[in-house]
Amino acid sequence: MTEVVATNQTILVVGGGISGMTAALEAAECGKEVVLIEKNPALGGRVSQLYRYFPKLCHPTCGLEINQRRVKQNKRIRVLTMAEVTSITGSPGDYTASVKIAPRFVNENCTACGDCGDAAETMVDDAFNYNLGKVKAAFLPSRMAYPQRYVVDPSVIGTPEADKIKAACKYDAVDLAMQEETVQVKAGAVVWATGWKPYDANKIQPYGYDRFANVITSVEFERLSDPHGPTGGKILRPSDGKEARNVAFIQCAGSRDENHLRHCSRICCMASLKQTNYMREAFGDEGKSTIYYIDIRAIDRFEDFYQKVQADPNVKFIKSKVARILEDKDGNPVLHGVDTEGYHRYATPHDLVVLAVGMEPSVSAANIPAEIVSDSSGFIEQDQANGAIFGAGCAANPLDVNRSVQSATASALRAIQVINRVARAEG
Amino acid sequence: MSIEKYTRNFLKEVEERVEEGHWVKMCMQCGVCAGSCPLGAHWEHTPQKIFMMIRAGKREEVLSSDSMWMCTSCYQCIVRCPRKLPITHIMHGLAYLAKREGLAPKNQPTAQFGQLFWDNLIKTGRVNELKLSLGMYFKDGFSQGIKNAMAMQSVGMGMMKAKRLNPMEIMGGHGVKDKSGFQAMLKKARELEDGRRKLA
Ligand SMILES: Cc1cc2nc3c(=O)[nH]c(=O)nc-3n(C[C@H](O)[C@H](O)[C@H](O)COP(=O)(O)OP(=O)(O)OC[C@H]3O[C@@H](n4cnc5c(N)ncnc54)[C@H](O)[C@@H]3O)c2cc1C
Ligand code: SF4
Ligand code: SF4
Ligand code: SF4
Ligand code: SF4
Repeated sequence: MTEVVATNQTILVVGGGISGMTAALEAAECGKEVVLIEKNPALGGRVSQLYRYFPKLCHPTCGLEINQRRVKQNKRIRVLTMAEVTSITGSPGDYTASVKIAPRFVNENCTACGDCGDAAETMVDDAFNYNLGKVKAAFLPSRMAYPQRYVVDPSVIGTPEADKIKAACKYDAVDLAMQEETVQVKAGAVVWATGWKPYDANKIQPYGYDRFANVITSVEFERLSDPHGPTGGKILRPSDGKEARNVAFIQCAGSRDENHLRHCSRICCMASLKQTNYMREAFGDEGKSTIYYIDIRAIDRFEDFYQKVQADPNVKFIKSKVARILEDKDGNPVLHGVDTEGYHRYATPHDLVVLAVGMEPSVSAANIPAEIVSDSSGFIEQDQANGAIFGAGCAANPLDVNRSVQSATASALRAIQVINRVARAEG
Repeated sequence: MSIEKYTRNFLKEVEERVEEGHWVKMCMQCGVCAGSCPLGAHWEHTPQKIFMMIRAGKREEVLSSDSMWMCTSCYQCIVRCPRKLPITHIMHGLAYLAKREGLAPKNQPTAQFGQLFWDNLIKTGRVNELKLSLGMYFKDGFSQGIKNAMAMQSVGMGMMKAKRLNPMEIMGGHGVKDKSGFQAMLKKARELEDGRRKLA
């Protein structure tokens, strides 16, 4: 049974991405007790699934590793993974959250030695790689997962394979009897940092994501570019494994569109500009990128990043929202549309199309188990009516990492103020 | 009519005088309608272009364009427009303004058909399919009319068989009970519309 000691001076942080980790760390390093709830088996959120991040193009390990170390060292942070908040009751300074914890079937004894993975045979979808590949049914969620602890997939529980997996472990870490459990966590304030999810590209029918193998999303492209990803960092197109040397990026795929997401997702222009660098890195002058856009929104300081990409002769910009995609007999996606600078009609084949999909809240405010004021896209608004529940990072806005961290720090500060009031009242 | 170049006057005029014209300013020139219109490739001006020309004040060019008359109301553009502009309605609204301002292209078949249909309808309150078809066949003269009628013969016979076309309609045809009431209603509707749209 999981035990969580928490009081109404505890800060509950929901979501363990860069925003949730930041909020938890800021609060804990100010001396507050924190319970950090993460739905996935590891912390890090979507940042850990990027290959590099703008503006400096460093690897996510560089930002995440230090935060993981801070979390590990801080006795005031209690991390619950594979956990979700199912209800929040009470009022500012006195909340109680129900937290449902899914069984991991692996306990704290795990050393991540990997023997259980060798013993497993069944392959399951690799969620970390957006299901582009498969992993063994006993797996480490990702290379840099925190906690560094394996997971046994529920699909093999009750089979002889599970017994084999258990037998392979020398550390008595596999516990097949683990059950789902629900614990109650008290908290004075809540930071809600459940982040974003990519807009469902299947809904953008004219682009045929569901029909054409060589139409993929920007998040999948991150995984294709990563040496630790499913292709070992080779940018190969899904249909035939051919090197994708001529890639089209389609901006506002699902954003700024009354039929899909109303808002500008704010980071996808920068994401595509960044991804043209992956093409250069992979293929040099042989790597051609074409960005189809309505307008490029390289938010504030990033204008210089945009100018650098503009100066790259291997990157072409076409001012046009692509009307639709068809496929030619060689499996090349052919982009159809009319450009806005001259009204030229085009029908251009590419090796691969990357849809710069929009960001929507991973938990829409309407589905947060508390009364929360939100905007028309489901992002949390900052509002008195929310009491002491504060939105942070991409749960509140489509933001880049830098701004997510700022937003998380601000939320931590608000939460700390509530806790200080509670502490004063209790003397 | 003289109109200053590059002013917003024409946009204002469209907002006031064209059905759904107030939407034109919402167009963000993304090009989706132009690329989606199944016929746009064959027109001089796609909806995207028309909307930009309106904003650029190109009144004569817009109103004398053939494009609005070519729209088949397939609604592909409306379905896809990220800004939800009622593009089809605007196209038809522009065509109507062009017609009333006397700027619609001459001998435009859709415009001619529209006129025939209207004249046909208001006589009795019911469309006389036979006269309408004959009117359409013979619009380019007698001998072309015979050719057209011959070419369409099997369609005509089929329609007669299915009781969609009555040869007796040539005698005058059916109509509504209260013809003068019907015509008075149309007159009033037109008066109201003309007042609202400032059409003389
Ligand atoms: C294609 C692409 C490329 C990008 N590249 C860059 C870049 O180069 N540089 C940059 O600065 N930004 C980039 N971004 C933006 C960046 O991904 C976000 O700023 C960042 O992920 C925000 O962090 P977050 O913690 O708010 O949300 P997330 O990363 O989404 O983290 C949220 C966490 O909450 C967890 N969670 C979700 N629901 C629940 C629940 N119900 N209960 C508990 N936990 C839950 C999730 O599992 C996740 O761990 C990119 C975005 C995209 C789409
Ligand atoms: S569960 Fe056991 S076998 Fe598997 S990685 Fe952990 S310690 Fe190794
Ligand atoms: S950031 Fe760029 S691609 Fe993303 S929604 Fe905004 S304009 Fe479109
Ligand atoms: S699709 Fe809509 S917004 Fe885009 S150019 Fe056409 S009318 Fe304008
Ligand atoms: S409704 Fe008219 S303008 Fe719109 S796509 Fe169809 S034919 Fe083209």
